[in-house]
Amino acid sequence: MREPALLSVNGVTLQYRTGEQLVTATYRVSFDVLKGDRFVVLGPSGCGKSTLLKAIGGYLSPVEGEMLLNGARIGKPGPDRAFVFQEFDQLLPWKTVCDNVVFALTASGKLAKKAATERALHFIAKVGLTKFADNFPHTLSGGMKQRVAIARAMAMEPQILLMDEPFAALDALTRGKMQEDLLQLWEDTRFTVVFVTHSIPEAIRIGNRILLLTPHPGRTKAEINCLGQDVVSDDGELLSARIQRLLFDRTGAIVDA
Amino acid sequence: MPEESASYTARPEILHTPTSETVGFAVAAQPLGFWTKLYANGTFRKTVLLVLLAAAWEIYARALANPLLFPTFTATVGALLSSIAAGEIPRAGLYTLSLLLKGYVAGLFFAALLTAFASVSRIGADLLETLTAMFNPLPSIALLPLALIWFGLGDNSVIFVLVHAVLWAVALNTFAGFRALSPTLRMVGQNYGLSSVAYILRILIPGAFPSILTGLKVGWAFAWRTLIAAELVFGVSSGSGGLGWYIFENKNQLRIPEVFAGLLTVIIFGLFVENVIFRTIEQRTVRRWGMQT
Repeated sequence: MREPALLSVNGVTLQYRTGEQLVTATYRVSFDVLKGDRFVVLGPSGCGKSTLLKAIGGYLSPVEGEMLLNGARIGKPGPDRAFVFQEFDQLLPWKTVCDNVVFALTASGKLAKKAATERALHFIAKVGLTKFADNFPHTLSGGMKQRVAIARAMAMEPQILLMDEPFAALDALTRGKMQEDLLQLWEDTRFTVVFVTHSIPEAIRIGNRILLLTPHPGRTKAEINCLGQDVVSDDGELLSARIQRLLFDRTGAIVDA
Repeated sequence: MPEESASYTARPEILHTPTSETVGFAVAAQPLGFWTKLYANGTFRKTVLLVLLAAAWEIYARALANPLLFPTFTATVGALLSSIAAGEIPRAGLYTLSLLLKGYVAGLFFAALLTAFASVSRIGADLLETLTAMFNPLPSIALLPLALIWFGLGDNSVIFVLVHAVLWAVALNTFAGFRALSPTLRMVGQNYGLSSVAYILRILIPGAFPSILTGLKVGWAFAWRTLIAAELVFGVSSGSGGLGWYIFENKNQLRIPEVFAGLLTVIIFGLFVENVIFRTIEQRTVRRWGMQT
Protein backbone atom coordinates (compact mmCIF):
# COMPACT_ATOMS: atom_id res chain seq x y z
CA MET A 1 0.00 0.00 0.00
CA ARG A 2 1.24 3.47 -0.78
CA GLU A 3 2.17 5.72 2.08
CA PRO A 4 -0.08 8.81 2.29
CA ALA A 5 1.63 12.02 1.27
CA LEU A 6 2.70 14.53 3.92
CA LEU A 7 2.48 17.37 1.45
CA SER A 8 0.37 17.04 -1.63
CA VAL A 9 0.35 19.66 -4.37
CA ASN A 10 -2.42 19.22 -6.93
CA GLY A 11 -2.60 21.18 -10.16
CA VAL A 12 -1.31 24.37 -8.63
CA THR A 13 -1.15 27.51 -10.75
CA LEU A 14 0.52 30.51 -9.19
CA GLN A 15 0.39 34.09 -10.38
CA TYR A 16 1.82 37.30 -9.04
CA ARG A 17 1.60 40.91 -10.08
CA THR A 18 4.63 43.01 -11.01
CA GLY A 19 3.57 46.59 -11.61
CA GLU A 20 1.47 46.35 -14.78
CA GLN A 21 1.90 42.66 -15.52
CA LEU A 22 0.36 39.49 -14.18
CA VAL A 23 3.06 36.82 -14.25
CA THR A 24 2.20 33.13 -14.23
CA ALA A 25 4.93 31.55 -12.15
CA THR A 26 3.82 27.92 -12.27
CA TYR A 27 1.14 26.21 -14.32
CA ARG A 28 -0.75 23.16 -12.99
CA VAL A 29 2.11 21.71 -11.01
CA SER A 30 1.45 18.52 -9.06
CA PHE A 31 3.63 16.40 -6.80
CA ASP A 32 3.60 14.53 -3.50
CA VAL A 33 6.17 14.78 -0.72
CA LEU A 34 6.32 11.80 1.63
CA LYS A 35 7.45 11.87 5.24
CA GLY A 36 11.24 11.85 5.49
CA ASP A 37 11.71 12.94 1.88
CA ARG A 38 14.54 15.16 0.78
CA PHE A 39 12.47 16.57 -2.03
CA VAL A 40 14.41 18.80 -4.40
CA VAL A 41 12.71 21.23 -6.77
CA LEU A 42 15.17 21.88 -9.58
CA GLY A 43 14.94 24.23 -12.51
CA PRO A 44 16.54 27.18 -14.24
CA SER A 45 15.69 30.70 -13.14
CA GLY A 46 12.19 31.75 -14.10
CA CYS A 47 10.64 28.34 -13.53
CA GLY A 48 8.74 29.56 -10.48
CA LYS A 49 10.44 27.23 -8.02
CA SER A 50 10.91 29.91 -5.36
CA THR A 51 7.35 31.13 -5.86
CA LEU A 52 6.16 27.56 -5.47
CA LEU A 53 8.05 27.22 -2.19
CA LYS A 54 6.65 30.53 -0.95
CA ALA A 55 3.17 29.27 -1.73
CA ILE A 56 3.82 26.15 0.35
CA GLY A 57 5.06 28.52 3.05
CA GLY A 58 1.69 30.28 2.83
CA TYR A 59 3.01 33.62 1.56
CA LEU A 60 0.78 33.52 -1.52
CA SER A 61 -2.19 31.39 -2.46
CA PRO A 62 -2.72 29.49 -5.71
CA VAL A 63 -5.22 30.77 -8.28
CA GLU A 64 -5.97 27.17 -9.25
CA GLY A 65 -5.45 23.81 -7.60
CA GLU A 66 -4.79 23.04 -3.96
CA MET A 67 -1.99 22.30 -1.55
CA LEU A 68 -2.59 19.98 1.38
CA LEU A 69 -0.32 19.47 4.36
CA ASN A 70 -1.38 16.35 6.26
CA GLY A 71 -4.71 16.59 4.47
CA ALA A 72 -5.35 20.15 5.63
CA ARG A 73 -5.42 23.00 3.17
CA ILE A 74 -2.45 25.39 3.46
CA GLY A 75 -3.51 28.88 4.45
CA LYS A 76 -1.42 31.53 6.17
CA PRO A 77 2.30 31.19 6.95
CA GLY A 78 2.81 29.19 10.11
CA PRO A 79 5.45 27.57 12.28
CA ASP A 80 4.54 24.06 11.04
CA ARG A 81 6.38 24.99 7.82
CA ALA A 82 9.71 26.48 8.91
CA PHE A 83 11.41 28.46 6.17
CA VAL A 84 15.12 28.83 5.48
CA PHE A 85 15.75 31.66 3.03
CA GLN A 86 18.61 32.28 0.67
CA GLU A 87 19.40 35.71 2.12
CA PHE A 88 21.83 36.13 4.98
CA ASP A 89 19.63 38.82 6.53
CA GLN A 90 17.01 36.33 7.66
CA LEU A 91 18.42 36.41 11.20
CA LEU A 92 17.15 39.20 13.41
CA PRO A 93 20.24 41.43 13.76
CA TRP A 94 19.16 42.67 17.20
CA LYS A 95 19.21 39.19 18.69
CA THR A 96 22.12 36.89 19.43
CA VAL A 97 22.44 33.49 17.75
CA CYS A 98 20.78 31.79 20.71
CA ASP A 99 18.05 34.42 21.01
CA ASN A 100 17.25 34.11 17.33
CA VAL A 101 16.38 30.46 17.87
CA VAL A 102 14.63 31.16 21.17
CA PHE A 103 12.62 33.93 19.49
CA ALA A 104 11.24 31.49 16.93
CA LEU A 105 10.18 29.05 19.63
CA THR A 106 8.59 31.62 21.93
CA ALA A 107 7.02 33.82 19.24
CA SER A 108 5.21 30.81 17.83
CA GLY A 109 4.06 29.92 21.33
CA LYS A 110 5.72 26.53 21.07
CA LEU A 111 7.77 26.67 24.26
CA ALA A 112 8.32 28.91 27.28
CA LYS A 113 11.54 30.86 27.54
CA LYS A 114 13.48 28.37 29.65
CA ALA A 115 12.65 25.24 27.70
CA ALA A 116 13.16 27.19 24.50
CA THR A 117 16.70 28.19 25.52
CA GLU A 118 17.51 24.57 26.28
CA ARG A 119 16.26 23.36 22.95
CA ALA A 120 17.91 26.28 21.12
CA LEU A 121 21.30 25.37 22.56
CA HIS A 122 20.78 21.75 21.59
CA PHE A 123 20.16 22.62 17.95
CA ILE A 124 22.92 25.24 17.89
CA ALA A 125 25.25 22.46 19.02
CA LYS A 126 23.92 20.27 16.21
CA VAL A 127 25.03 22.81 13.62
CA GLY A 128 28.34 23.22 15.45
CA LEU A 129 27.97 26.81 16.65
CA THR A 130 27.98 26.36 20.44
CA LYS A 131 30.96 28.73 20.76
CA PHE A 132 29.03 31.45 18.92
CA ALA A 133 25.70 31.19 20.77
CA ASP A 134 26.10 34.65 22.31
CA ASN A 135 27.37 36.35 19.16
CA PHE A 136 25.31 38.81 17.19
CA PRO A 137 24.64 37.75 13.58
CA HIS A 138 26.79 40.51 12.04
CA THR A 139 29.89 38.91 13.55
CA LEU A 140 29.29 35.61 11.73
CA SER A 141 30.29 34.51 8.24
CA GLY A 142 27.67 33.79 5.60
CA GLY A 143 27.89 30.04 6.12
CA MET A 144 27.51 30.40 9.88
CA LYS A 145 24.43 32.61 9.43
CA GLN A 146 22.85 29.93 7.25
CA ARG A 147 23.67 27.33 9.91
CA VAL A 148 21.86 29.45 12.50
CA ALA A 149 18.87 29.76 10.18
CA ILE A 150 18.85 25.98 9.74
CA ALA A 151 19.14 25.47 13.51
CA ARG A 152 16.27 27.89 14.04
CA ALA A 153 14.06 26.12 11.52
CA MET A 154 14.95 22.66 12.85
CA ALA A 155 14.39 23.67 16.47
CA MET A 156 10.78 24.36 15.54
CA GLU A 157 10.49 20.65 14.70
CA PRO A 158 8.17 21.56 11.87
CA GLN A 159 6.12 19.12 9.83
CA ILE A 160 8.18 20.16 6.87
CA LEU A 161 11.30 22.27 6.31
CA LEU A 162 11.26 24.64 3.36
CA MET A 163 14.66 25.65 2.04
CA ASP A 164 14.90 28.26 -0.67
CA GLU A 165 18.39 27.95 -2.19
CA PRO A 166 19.93 28.25 1.27
CA PHE A 167 23.49 27.66 0.04
CA ALA A 168 23.33 29.61 -3.22
CA ALA A 169 25.02 32.71 -1.83
CA LEU A 170 27.90 30.75 -0.28
CA ASP A 171 31.32 30.12 -1.77
CA ALA A 172 31.83 26.70 -3.38
CA LEU A 173 33.95 25.22 -0.56
CA THR A 174 31.51 26.26 2.16
CA ARG A 175 28.57 25.10 0.06
CA GLY A 176 30.01 21.59 -0.23
CA LYS A 177 30.55 21.41 3.51
CA MET A 178 27.04 22.68 4.23
CA GLN A 179 25.50 20.07 1.92
CA GLU A 180 27.41 17.37 3.72
CA ASP A 181 26.32 18.70 7.12
CA LEU A 182 22.69 18.95 6.04
CA LEU A 183 22.74 15.28 5.02
CA GLN A 184 24.33 14.39 8.36
CA LEU A 185 21.57 16.29 10.17
CA TRP A 186 19.01 14.40 8.11
CA GLU A 187 20.62 11.09 9.11
CA ASP A 188 20.24 12.19 12.76
CA THR A 189 16.68 13.45 12.79
CA ARG A 190 15.03 12.34 9.50
CA PHE A 191 13.14 15.55 8.94
CA THR A 192 11.13 16.19 5.77
CA VAL A 193 12.52 18.92 3.58
CA VAL A 194 11.56 20.60 0.33
CA PHE A 195 14.76 22.04 -1.08
CA VAL A 196 14.80 24.48 -3.99
CA THR A 197 17.92 24.83 -6.09
CA HIS A 198 19.12 25.70 -9.58
CA SER A 199 22.26 23.59 -9.29
CA ILE A 200 22.15 20.07 -10.76
CA PRO A 201 25.08 18.76 -8.64
CA GLU A 202 23.44 20.13 -5.49
CA ALA A 203 20.10 18.53 -6.41
CA ILE A 204 21.78 15.16 -6.94
CA ARG A 205 23.71 15.41 -3.71
CA ILE A 206 20.81 16.54 -1.49
CA GLY A 207 17.73 14.92 -2.96
CA ASN A 208 16.21 11.47 -2.79
CA ARG A 209 13.61 12.69 -5.24
CA ILE A 210 14.00 15.50 -7.74
CA LEU A 211 11.23 17.47 -9.41
CA LEU A 212 12.30 19.10 -12.66
CA LEU A 213 10.54 22.31 -13.68
CA THR A 214 10.78 24.05 -17.04
CA PRO A 215 10.42 27.82 -17.15
CA HIS A 216 7.93 30.44 -18.42
CA PRO A 217 5.67 29.38 -16.81
CA GLY A 218 6.95 26.62 -14.50
CA ARG A 219 5.62 23.22 -15.52
CA THR A 220 6.63 19.80 -14.27
CA LYS A 221 8.97 18.07 -16.66
CA ALA A 222 9.82 14.99 -14.64
CA GLU A 223 10.06 13.58 -11.15
CA ILE A 224 13.03 11.30 -10.69
CA ASN A 225 14.61 9.26 -7.94
CA CYS A 226 18.13 9.89 -6.76
CA LEU A 227 20.59 8.00 -4.57
CA GLY A 228 22.78 10.95 -3.71
CA GLN A 229 25.34 10.15 -6.38
CA ASP A 230 25.73 10.98 -10.03
CA VAL A 231 25.40 7.36 -11.18
CA VAL A 232 25.05 5.82 -14.64
CA SER A 233 21.60 4.33 -15.15
CA ASP A 234 20.77 1.09 -17.04
CA ASP A 235 20.58 2.87 -20.38
CA GLY A 236 24.14 4.09 -19.91
CA GLU A 237 23.31 7.71 -19.21
CA LEU A 238 24.80 9.71 -16.37
CA LEU A 239 22.09 11.10 -14.02
CA SER A 240 23.32 14.67 -14.40
CA ALA A 241 23.34 14.28 -18.18
CA ARG A 242 19.81 12.92 -18.04
CA ILE A 243 18.62 15.89 -15.98
CA GLN A 244 20.43 18.22 -18.35
CA ARG A 245 18.70 16.55 -21.32
CA LEU A 246 15.28 16.73 -19.66
CA LEU A 247 15.61 20.38 -18.77
CA PHE A 248 17.27 21.56 -21.97
CA ASP A 249 17.36 20.17 -25.47
CA ARG A 250 20.69 19.27 -27.15
CA THR A 251 21.43 22.76 -28.42
CA GLY A 252 20.96 24.10 -24.93
CA ALA A 253 17.74 25.94 -25.71
CA ILE A 254 14.88 25.56 -23.27
CA VAL A 255 12.44 22.82 -24.23
CA ASP A 256 8.99 24.08 -25.03
CA ALA A 257 6.59 21.46 -23.81
CA MET B 1 54.00 21.99 -28.31
CA PRO B 2 55.94 19.13 -26.78
CA GLU B 3 58.81 21.27 -25.43
CA GLU B 4 56.46 23.56 -23.59
CA SER B 5 54.35 20.84 -22.04
CA ALA B 6 57.57 19.04 -21.05
CA SER B 7 58.86 22.09 -19.27
CA TYR B 8 55.43 22.54 -17.71
CA THR B 9 55.30 19.03 -16.25
CA ALA B 10 58.93 19.34 -15.22
CA ARG B 11 58.05 22.01 -12.64
CA PRO B 12 58.23 20.28 -9.27
CA GLU B 13 55.36 20.43 -6.80
CA ILE B 14 56.16 21.99 -3.47
CA LEU B 15 54.83 20.80 -0.13
CA HIS B 16 55.61 22.94 2.89
CA THR B 17 56.17 21.09 6.12
CA PRO B 18 55.78 23.13 9.29
CA THR B 19 59.17 24.22 10.63
CA SER B 20 60.06 25.66 14.00
CA GLU B 21 60.11 29.08 12.36
CA THR B 22 56.60 28.96 10.84
CA VAL B 23 55.07 27.33 13.93
CA GLY B 24 56.56 29.92 16.27
CA PHE B 25 55.37 32.85 14.18
CA ALA B 26 51.80 33.03 15.41
CA VAL B 27 51.30 36.72 16.17
CA ALA B 28 48.23 37.41 14.07
CA ALA B 29 47.07 40.27 16.29
CA GLN B 30 49.26 42.91 17.90
CA PRO B 31 48.21 45.38 20.58
CA LEU B 32 48.02 48.98 19.35
CA GLY B 33 50.33 51.70 20.67
CA PHE B 34 49.22 54.20 23.34
CA TRP B 35 48.86 57.20 20.99
CA THR B 36 47.09 55.19 18.32
CA LYS B 37 44.56 54.03 20.92
CA LEU B 38 44.13 57.54 22.29
CA TYR B 39 43.58 58.96 18.82
CA ALA B 40 41.04 56.23 18.08
CA ASN B 41 39.01 57.39 21.10
CA GLY B 42 36.21 59.66 19.84
CA THR B 43 35.58 61.25 23.22
CA PHE B 44 39.23 62.23 23.46
CA ARG B 45 39.29 63.74 19.96
CA LYS B 46 36.13 65.74 20.63
CA THR B 47 37.38 66.96 24.01
CA VAL B 48 40.56 68.24 22.36
CA LEU B 49 38.43 70.07 19.79
CA LEU B 50 36.28 71.65 22.52
CA VAL B 51 39.34 72.80 24.44
CA LEU B 52 40.80 74.34 21.27
CA LEU B 53 37.51 76.14 20.54
CA ALA B 54 37.35 77.50 24.10
CA ALA B 55 40.96 78.71 23.79
CA ALA B 56 40.20 80.42 20.48
CA TRP B 57 37.19 82.11 22.09
CA GLU B 58 39.28 83.34 25.03
CA ILE B 59 42.07 84.69 22.79
CA TYR B 60 39.68 86.47 20.43
CA ALA B 61 37.62 88.02 23.24
CA ARG B 62 40.75 89.29 24.98
CA ALA B 63 42.03 90.78 21.73
CA LEU B 64 38.66 92.44 21.13
CA ALA B 65 38.51 93.69 24.75
CA ASN B 66 34.82 94.62 24.54
CA PRO B 67 32.88 92.68 27.21
CA LEU B 68 29.61 94.27 26.08
CA LEU B 69 29.90 92.72 22.64
CA PHE B 70 31.86 89.58 23.30
CA PRO B 71 32.81 88.55 26.83
CA THR B 72 35.73 86.19 27.39
CA PHE B 73 35.31 82.47 27.96
CA THR B 74 36.43 82.80 31.57
CA ALA B 75 33.95 85.64 32.23
CA THR B 76 31.18 83.51 30.70
CA VAL B 77 32.11 80.51 32.82
CA GLY B 78 32.23 82.80 35.87
CA ALA B 79 28.76 84.13 35.11
CA LEU B 80 27.55 80.57 34.52
CA LEU B 81 28.91 79.37 37.86
CA SER B 82 27.47 82.28 39.82
CA SER B 83 24.11 81.84 38.07
CA ILE B 84 24.16 78.18 38.96
CA ALA B 85 25.07 79.05 42.55
CA ALA B 86 22.22 81.57 42.67
CA GLY B 87 19.89 78.87 41.33
CA GLU B 88 18.76 80.93 38.35
CA ILE B 89 20.08 78.69 35.60
CA PRO B 90 19.05 75.40 37.24
CA ARG B 91 15.52 76.75 37.73
CA ALA B 92 15.27 78.07 34.18
CA GLY B 93 16.92 74.93 32.78
CA LEU B 94 14.59 72.59 34.65
CA TYR B 95 11.59 74.57 33.56
CA THR B 96 12.67 74.46 29.91
CA LEU B 97 13.50 70.78 30.19
CA SER B 98 10.16 69.78 31.71
CA LEU B 99 8.32 71.69 29.01
CA LEU B 100 10.52 70.10 26.38
CA LEU B 101 9.91 66.58 27.67
CA LYS B 102 6.14 67.13 27.74
CA GLY B 103 6.16 68.34 24.16
CA TYR B 104 8.57 65.62 23.04
CA VAL B 105 6.60 62.77 24.57
CA ALA B 106 3.32 64.13 23.21
CA GLY B 107 4.96 64.45 19.78
CA LEU B 108 6.20 60.85 19.94
CA PHE B 109 2.73 59.66 20.88
CA PHE B 110 1.11 61.34 17.88
CA ALA B 111 3.95 60.16 15.65
CA ALA B 112 3.33 56.58 16.80
CA LEU B 113 -0.38 56.89 16.05
CA LEU B 114 0.21 58.33 12.62
CA THR B 115 2.89 55.78 11.72
CA ALA B 116 0.78 52.89 12.93
CA PHE B 117 -2.10 54.08 10.78
CA ALA B 118 0.28 54.55 7.85
CA SER B 119 1.73 51.07 8.17
CA VAL B 120 -1.62 49.26 8.22
CA SER B 121 -3.35 51.01 5.33
CA ARG B 122 -2.42 52.61 2.06
CA ILE B 123 -4.65 55.62 2.70
CA GLY B 124 -2.82 56.08 6.02
CA ALA B 125 0.49 56.09 4.20
CA ASP B 126 -0.83 58.66 1.75
CA LEU B 127 -2.10 60.75 4.64
CA LEU B 128 1.28 60.64 6.39
CA GLU B 129 3.14 61.56 3.23
CA THR B 130 0.79 64.43 2.40
CA LEU B 131 0.73 65.85 5.91
CA THR B 132 4.51 65.61 6.21
CA ALA B 133 5.02 67.31 2.86
CA MET B 134 2.68 70.08 4.00
CA PHE B 135 3.84 70.69 7.54
CA ASN B 136 7.44 69.55 7.75
CA PRO B 137 8.82 72.61 5.92
CA LEU B 138 6.73 74.94 8.10
CA PRO B 139 8.88 76.36 10.93
CA SER B 140 7.19 75.45 14.18
CA ILE B 141 7.78 78.87 15.63
CA ALA B 142 5.57 80.31 12.89
CA LEU B 143 2.64 78.52 14.50
CA LEU B 144 3.17 80.10 17.90
CA PRO B 145 1.11 83.28 17.32
CA LEU B 146 -1.77 81.07 16.20
CA ALA B 147 -1.25 78.70 19.13
CA LEU B 148 -1.37 81.64 21.52
CA ILE B 149 -4.80 82.52 20.16
CA TRP B 150 -6.03 78.92 20.37
CA PHE B 151 -4.55 77.88 23.69
CA GLY B 152 -3.92 81.23 25.36
CA LEU B 153 -0.77 82.36 27.12
CA GLY B 154 0.86 79.47 28.88
CA ASP B 155 2.50 76.08 28.54
CA ASN B 156 -0.15 74.57 26.31
CA SER B 157 0.58 76.74 23.32
CA VAL B 158 4.31 76.00 23.64
CA ILE B 159 3.61 72.26 23.89
CA PHE B 160 1.44 72.47 20.79
CA VAL B 161 4.32 74.03 18.89
CA LEU B 162 6.72 71.40 20.24
CA VAL B 163 4.45 68.59 19.10
CA HIS B 164 4.52 70.09 15.65
CA ALA B 165 8.33 70.26 15.77
CA VAL B 166 8.73 66.60 16.81
CA LEU B 167 5.87 64.87 15.06
CA TRP B 168 6.84 65.08 11.40
CA ALA B 169 10.52 64.28 11.77
CA VAL B 170 9.83 61.20 13.89
CA ALA B 171 6.86 59.94 11.88
CA LEU B 172 8.62 60.39 8.55
CA ASN B 173 11.80 58.61 9.64
CA THR B 174 9.99 55.79 11.40
CA PHE B 175 7.79 55.13 8.42
CA ALA B 176 10.77 55.24 6.07
CA GLY B 177 12.46 52.69 8.34
CA PHE B 178 9.41 50.41 8.25
CA ARG B 179 9.35 50.58 4.47
CA ALA B 180 13.05 49.85 4.15
CA LEU B 181 12.81 46.70 6.28
CA SER B 182 13.98 43.70 4.27
CA PRO B 183 11.21 41.48 2.89
CA THR B 184 13.06 38.46 4.25
CA LEU B 185 12.73 39.69 7.83
CA ARG B 186 9.04 40.36 7.24
CA MET B 187 8.57 36.81 6.01
CA VAL B 188 10.52 35.46 9.00
CA GLY B 189 8.14 37.33 11.30
CA GLN B 190 5.14 35.84 9.53
CA ASN B 191 6.69 32.38 9.49
CA TYR B 192 6.73 32.24 13.27
CA GLY B 193 3.10 33.28 13.44
CA LEU B 194 3.42 36.71 15.07
CA SER B 195 0.16 38.58 15.52
CA SER B 196 0.01 42.11 14.11
CA VAL B 197 0.83 43.86 17.39
CA ALA B 198 3.67 41.46 18.21
CA TYR B 199 4.85 41.80 14.63
CA ILE B 200 5.14 45.58 14.97
CA LEU B 201 6.81 45.38 18.38
CA ARG B 202 9.18 42.49 17.71
CA ILE B 203 10.04 42.87 14.02
CA LEU B 204 9.14 46.28 12.60
CA ILE B 205 10.34 48.54 15.42
CA PRO B 206 13.69 46.86 16.12
CA GLY B 207 14.23 46.36 12.39
CA ALA B 208 13.62 50.03 11.70
CA PHE B 209 15.48 51.20 14.79
CA PRO B 210 18.35 52.98 12.99
CA SER B 211 15.82 55.19 11.18
CA ILE B 212 13.71 55.63 14.30
CA LEU B 213 16.78 56.78 16.21
CA THR B 214 17.59 59.29 13.49
CA GLY B 215 14.01 60.57 13.74
CA LEU B 216 14.29 60.85 17.52
CA LYS B 217 17.52 62.84 17.22
CA VAL B 218 16.21 65.19 14.55
CA GLY B 219 12.96 65.61 16.49
CA TRP B 220 14.87 66.39 19.66
CA ALA B 221 16.98 69.02 17.92
CA PHE B 222 13.92 70.63 16.32
CA ALA B 223 12.08 70.69 19.65
CA TRP B 224 15.02 72.17 21.53
CA ARG B 225 15.55 74.88 18.93
CA THR B 226 11.85 75.71 18.75
CA LEU B 227 11.49 75.92 22.51
CA ILE B 228 14.41 78.30 23.04
CA ALA B 229 13.13 80.49 20.21
CA ALA B 230 9.61 80.44 21.62
CA GLU B 231 10.86 81.43 25.04
CA LEU B 232 13.06 84.17 23.62
CA VAL B 233 10.27 85.77 21.66
CA PHE B 234 7.26 84.97 23.78
CA GLY B 235 8.93 84.03 27.05
CA VAL B 236 6.61 86.22 29.00
CA SER B 237 3.74 84.12 27.75
CA SER B 238 4.69 81.14 29.83
CA GLY B 239 4.91 82.61 33.26
CA SER B 240 8.07 81.79 35.15
CA GLY B 241 10.30 81.59 32.08
CA GLY B 242 12.95 79.13 30.99
CA LEU B 243 16.41 79.41 29.51
CA GLY B 244 15.29 81.46 26.52
CA TRP B 245 13.63 83.90 28.84
CA TYR B 246 16.77 84.00 31.01
CA ILE B 247 18.82 84.97 27.92
CA PHE B 248 16.29 87.59 26.86
CA GLU B 249 16.01 89.19 30.26
CA ASN B 250 19.78 89.43 30.78
CA LYS B 251 20.19 90.95 27.33
CA ASN B 252 17.69 93.64 28.29
CA GLN B 253 19.81 94.46 31.33
CA LEU B 254 22.98 94.36 29.21
CA ARG B 255 24.46 91.59 31.34
CA ILE B 256 26.18 90.07 28.36
CA PRO B 257 28.29 87.41 30.21
CA GLU B 258 24.98 86.06 31.56
CA VAL B 259 23.56 86.00 28.04
CA PHE B 260 26.57 83.96 26.97
CA ALA B 261 26.20 81.76 30.03
CA GLY B 262 22.62 81.05 29.00
CA LEU B 263 23.68 80.22 25.46
CA LEU B 264 26.49 78.05 26.80
CA THR B 265 23.97 76.12 28.89
CA VAL B 266 21.88 75.48 25.81
CA ILE B 267 25.00 74.27 23.99
CA ILE B 268 26.22 72.11 26.86
CA PHE B 269 22.83 70.54 27.17
CA GLY B 270 22.71 69.85 23.45
CA LEU B 271 26.16 68.26 23.55
CA PHE B 272 25.16 66.14 26.53
CA VAL B 273 22.00 64.79 24.91
CA GLU B 274 23.74 64.08 21.60
CA ASN B 275 27.02 62.68 22.92
CA VAL B 276 25.91 60.93 26.07
CA ILE B 277 22.24 59.96 25.84
CA PHE B 278 21.81 59.29 22.14
CA ARG B 279 25.35 57.92 21.81
CA THR B 280 24.72 55.45 24.62
CA ILE B 281 21.44 54.32 23.07
CA GLU B 282 23.21 53.92 19.73
CA GLN B 283 26.03 51.87 21.18
CA ARG B 284 23.70 49.60 23.12
CA THR B 285 21.45 49.03 20.12
CA VAL B 286 22.22 49.62 16.47
CA ARG B 287 26.02 49.47 16.80
CA ARG B 288 25.93 46.36 18.92
CA TRP B 289 23.60 44.76 16.39
CA GLY B 290 25.85 45.74 13.49
CA MET B 291 23.05 47.72 11.85
CA GLN B 292 25.18 50.86 11.87
CA THR B 293 28.93 51.21 11.83
